[in-house]
Amino acid sequence: MQTQSRRSFLKASALSGGGFMLGISFLSSFKPLGKPLEATQITNLPLDFNEINGFVKITADNIIKIMSPNPEGGQGVKTSMPMIVAEELDVDFSKIIIEQADLDTKHFTRQFIGGSQAIHQGWQSLRTAGATARQMLREAAAKTWNVPVEEISTELGVLYHKNSGKSAKYGDMATAAAQIPVPKDVKLKNVKDFKIIGKSKRNVDLEKIVTGKPLFGIDTRKEGMLIAMIVHPPAMGLKFKAIQNDAAIKKMKGIKDVFHIKIFNDGYERTFFDTNQFNEVVAIVGNSTWEVMQAKKALKIDWQEAEAYAENRNMMGRKTVLNIPAGLENSADHATKFAERMAQGGTVRRKDGDIETAFKNATKVIERTYNVPFLAHNCMEPMNFFAHVTDEKAELSGPLQKPEFTEQALSARLGMPLEKIDIKMTRLGGGFGRRSYAHWLIEAALVSQKVKAPVKLIYTREDDMTAGIYRPSYSAKYRAALDVNNNLIGFHVKVGGMPQSPLAANRFPAGAIDNYLAEDFMIDTNITVGSYRAPHSNFMAAAEQSFLDEIAEAVGKDPITFRLDLLKRAKENPVGKNNDYEPERFAKVLELVKEKSNWESIKTSKKLGFSAYFCHDSYAAHILDLEMKEGSPIINKVWCAIDCGIVVNPTAAKNMAEGGIVDALGAAMYGKMSFTKGVPDVNNFHNYRMIRHNEAPKQIEIHFVENTIDPTGMGEPAYPPVYAALANALYKATGKRLYNQPFGESL
Amino acid sequence: MAKYSLKINGKTQQIDVDPSTPILWVLRDHLNLPGTKFGCGMAMCGACTVHLDGNAVRSCSLPVSAVGKSSITTIEGLSAKADHPVQKAWLEHDVAQCGYCQSGQIMSASALLKSNPNPTDEEIDAYMSGNICRCGTYLRIKEAIKTAAKK
Ligand code: FES
Ligand code: FES
Repeated sequence: MQTQSRRSFLKASALSGGGFMLGISFLSSFKPLGKPLEATQITNLPLDFNEINGFVKITADNIIKIMSPNPEGGQGVKTSMPMIVAEELDVDFSKIIIEQADLDTKHFTRQFIGGSQAIHQGWQSLRTAGATARQMLREAAAKTWNVPVEEISTELGVLYHKNSGKSAKYGDMATAAAQIPVPKDVKLKNVKDFKIIGKSKRNVDLEKIVTGKPLFGIDTRKEGMLIAMIVHPPAMGLKFKAIQNDAAIKKMKGIKDVFHIKIFNDGYERTFFDTNQFNEVVAIVGNSTWEVMQAKKALKIDWQEAEAYAENRNMMGRKTVLNIPAGLENSADHATKFAERMAQGGTVRRKDGDIETAFKNATKVIERTYNVPFLAHNCMEPMNFFAHVTDEKAELSGPLQKPEFTEQALSARLGMPLEKIDIKMTRLGGGFGRRSYAHWLIEAALVSQKVKAPVKLIYTREDDMTAGIYRPSYSAKYRAALDVNNNLIGFHVKVGGMPQSPLAANRFPAGAIDNYLAEDFMIDTNITVGSYRAPHSNFMAAAEQSFLDEIAEAVGKDPITFRLDLLKRAKENPVGKNNDYEPERFAKVLELVKEKSNWESIKTSKKLGFSAYFCHDSYAAHILDLEMKEGSPIINKVWCAIDCGIVVNPTAAKNMAEGGIVDALGAAMYGKMSFTKGVPDVNNFHNYRMIRHNEAPKQIEIHFVENTIDPTGMGEPAYPPVYAALANALYKATGKRLYNQPFGESL
Repeated sequence: MAKYSLKINGKTQQIDVDPSTPILWVLRDHLNLPGTKFGCGMAMCGACTVHLDGNAVRSCSLPVSAVGKSSITTIEGLSAKADHPVQKAWLEHDVAQCGYCQSGQIMSASALLKSNPNPTDEEIDAYMSGNICRCGTYLRIKEAIKTAAKK
């Protein structure tokens, strides 16, 4: 997609009470990074370039409001996106009002969380919007004072004409500014003049959070609202047959109704976000949560085995078929299946040089296999949604990540046009990809429609953890060929996923090795999967960076030097053309973390693990220092270096990186969803172990590479390299290489 | 159903619920105090932490019938204007990410500091390890607790 003219993505209008509003369609100017767009990016295209998806409003009484269009789930966009507008607008950030927009597909596009892209893609347009509004205010002042516009300066929301000594607040000129045509070209600030961007701003909702204000979907309360819960089959591969005791349940205190609902109609073409494990569930509706919970326990349902089926998918014209097998699966069988498939060939995704000859001529071959289980998201706020569906309209509110797509699915299911559906977005008590699949929103709507009342549907923790949609289970085999001089002459990765492949064939170390082969395979399963915090990358990074550590050791090189040498090769004389990373930027994070940790002077005295990875257009490298105590690791410190371009809000970016590190350590040590005859072996926090205060690193130091590159992904990149940094440090401390997650099981 | 008179945030409130109803749901469903959060329902995550006579308890596992004359404090009643030292420290350290676990974390932290005004790192870890934060804000929480301890 090419840059659109500014006219087409900014629209000015007068406000009825005086003042003006500048609407932004900020995706229209998002620029590709010189690469072909991937399918995931295509889904982000605006519906119409002329639509507005954010705004700057300045009233005559000088109230400045900036609308934040994207849902907020802890990534801090509600703070950082307005910061970008405020920077160019030149206002006092502490005095502006920031509002969360509702879902409005007419006026907003790409109104969702995912892929660490919000800031990346909004950067240029948010800046232009701020600068354009400022320019219009300057022109309004110039006209009013009858002076050349070049002589009008601004500072913190005030317009000045130095020569005449005149000044005016933005609000004073806002009504006049509405009459100014939207300028075609505005000058953006020089990066070095930034006053707001790059300076930490506290989370705009923090005061509400620390006082317990009802910010979350689960806090919704409406007049006459009933509480609903669902009961889903106890095992993957089972489906609904009949309710045994509905009459008895309906007689229970506080219970209004119990019935079966079907979420998607047969033959409905699903988007990628219409995944659900169980398409038929039983709903119980009552007056209060506790009463419904009691009824849920008393409910008896007959289940039956589900047949194999093919699910049609259509993502903005890209059609696929997902084959879902029948059967009650066991994790033990999954391991066997992976091993069997690993022994066969995969689909070749990239091949450089002559891999067969390289391995034939090798004096040494290293071969290692890495395995990881499915993972649950475990957002702290369990899945929930409010719905009030009548014949005339559907009103919904709650936490979700892909409102635009969910709204379409709901419209199809209810047979109700989009105009009659209103979805309000609440703060998300964690998302991590799980709230991209909003089957619970449709469940809430169907329940409300049936009982003809406003309903809040809540999952228990058990429902949430056992309802499917996990980070896929993966397996990868790596092989390295070394020549007599310990040069890495061949590199072969074969990786499989259940049911998705995590391979990114053009990532490092592709481009740095003459003979390279990357292949993959997929294994069907009836366990549903979906987005996660960098789902594929976190496994690939774990396996690859553990493997590179072993090769470095085998060739007798320092692990950082070993990788820097490969990056040097990729820069000076790259193999192949499609390498998707910039070796120079990549090398910088390695050098930065090495310098900040004092690597050279501590590397022999401490048990350190190193790892680095590139994904979501950003680079990250970690060094982790640990010691063992009674068989468990105590993590003393993690040093982390990140290159995500310009850092908009350092406190939030650091918070995200710290959180990513802690979260990844927990998943690496303890995370596991396993199954016996289709039944999840774990269902709440007593048996799904989460990292806790005492297991978190004692210290984390985050360093950003300082540059003036437009911001790239920040929500996810710090996460993937953590796994191998831990594995490599554990090796130093215990002498044992770990190949299977969770590591806690093999310590 | 049974009638209870509960002392919550300094006010006495009457409710009529089943004796087995956990305080968590009394607060959230019946008394419109949703600051106390539901996370697990089995005393494993700490999201529902409140003070019972000043001690941190998991309200999801405390039936209303067990409260008796004890007084309950929730996040809404911790301070009048977000000015409890723990809340102030949370603001200072920009602790939250999604924020969902934080009222439970704050209630645990404030109970900790009440019984142990100067906790060591190990004591903080031990006391706080019942509170899960999926977003991983543990380090900021610890810093904030230390800041609050100084006040
Ligand atoms: S909800 Fe009470 S401890 Fe988790
Ligand atoms: S801030 Fe999200 S769970 Fe703690």
